[in-house]
Amino acid sequence: MTLEILLEDVAKSYRMNGVSLPVLDGVSLQVEEKEFVSLIGPSGCGKSTLFNIICGLTEPDRGRVLLGGRAGVRAGEAVSYMPQKDLLLPWRTVLDNVVLARRATREDSRAVKKEAMELMPLFGLSGFENSYPAELSGGMRQRAALMRTVLARRRVLLLDEPFGALDAITRNRMQQWLLQVWDNFRQAVLFVTHDIDEAIFLADRVYVLTPRPARVCLHLNIDLPRPRQVEMVTTERFLALKKQIMRALQYGAG
Amino acid sequence: MLRNKLMAPLGFILAFLLTWEAGVRLTGIQPWLLPAPGRVAVTLWDMLPLLARHSQNTLLAAAAGLLAAVLVALALAALMDFSPWVRQGIYPLLVISQTVPIISVAPLFMIWFGLGILPKVVVVALVCFFPVAVSMVEGMEAADPDMVNLLRVMGFSRWQIIRLVRFPAAMPSFFAGLKIAGTYAVMGAVIGEWLGARSGLGVFMTRATHAYQLDRVFAAIVIISLVSLLIYALIEFFARLAMPWYFNERGND
Repeated sequence: MTLEILLEDVAKSYRMNGVSLPVLDGVSLQVEEKEFVSLIGPSGCGKSTLFNIICGLTEPDRGRVLLGGRAGVRAGEAVSYMPQKDLLLPWRTVLDNVVLARRATREDSRAVKKEAMELMPLFGLSGFENSYPAELSGGMRQRAALMRTVLARRRVLLLDEPFGALDAITRNRMQQWLLQVWDNFRQAVLFVTHDIDEAIFLADRVYVLTPRPARVCLHLNIDLPRPRQVEMVTTERFLALKKQIMRALQYGAG
Repeated sequence: MLRNKLMAPLGFILAFLLTWEAGVRLTGIQPWLLPAPGRVAVTLWDMLPLLARHSQNTLLAAAAGLLAAVLVALALAALMDFSPWVRQGIYPLLVISQTVPIISVAPLFMIWFGLGILPKVVVVALVCFFPVAVSMVEGMEAADPDMVNLLRVMGFSRWQIIRLVRFPAAMPSFFAGLKIAGTYAVMGAVIGEWLGARSGLGVFMTRATHAYQLDRVFAAIVIISLVSLLIYALIEFFARLAMPWYFNERGND
């Protein structure tokens, strides 16, 4: 097993008007090869800072960040990041958007586009290859953004509340579909969410963070069988896991 | 829809011209003070070959000046985006340069560059440069910082990010500035020609004014307006060509 992401005692504070504001207070977590890990915490708990540190956009004050089991791996080579907003480039068609990450690696663009065209049906975007993002619905834009993330072919996907802006029905459908996509590619996933059901339904393991400054206050193995079915959210096991997470979110301890 | 949109302005123009014509006839005002629109139209028709010949030089100066302004503005905007140091140094200079009245320095260009087309091109470029440069710089700044970060994580270099994100993001703003510059361009060329030239609409106007041939002056004004409108339409056409995504988006709303 390769350790795709290892965070050890990562801490970060920002200076605001001369006052030091601690955001991360010694966060440790890990994501193993082909694993789906959810990260849940109250809003504003510093998850975005954590992602920025993993992506190499922000330097931690303290602690270690290892990608692919080694130090000094450039984030862009190891992880592919999907932010909350879809951030599709409005001036590029869907096809040109989803192949974007591979342009940075100077691969043969025709081969990458061919690969993308073959994946369009899986992402429900057939027939929209040449549309501009503004012409797509919210769900389709999210799928295009995820396709761009998957198609980058990195070992880890960082997904930051990808379905946060969608309505409940679309969201449920997208969750099942995400598991299907994940099953196809088996990249490791670190999935940030505010939604307890979503965190449990998708993941192999769940980390619960405290309010700012964030620490990991609960670490749970989700022993529900795969493939996951919608009805599972009403089983006793699911509810027991949910209760544990709710308690951790409320009292800051397992 | 389109017909309604055209009807209103055409109606107003027609009413304006008719009032003017009637006013001139009723008061019996002399044509060397204010010619009637009908007389201007006749002069325009008679002078058309001559006006066309003079227009060539003016149009050439306007187009060359506008193009030079755009190229320099784009290069400078990219440079200012790349280096905050350059930006801090140059931006105030840009603003200060606008407080220097071009009309007062234009004679210097005649001394430096002679009576040919070059000083006119310089005047046009100076007039057009500011709106294009400012709209480009501010448009590039308006690019979504999250988008820029995303591309940084993907591993794109700063120049690539300028090309892939900042330039396209600035296009709507750039074309808005270019439209302003485009309407200034012909005016700039004419001003340049007033100060000294062998041919051009500005020369034609100066001669006509000195001879109190106001119908000719008005005929030249009509040509200048039409040419400016043409440049405006051309810029709009290029905007649609360069930003299909932008017009698609607005069409959907």
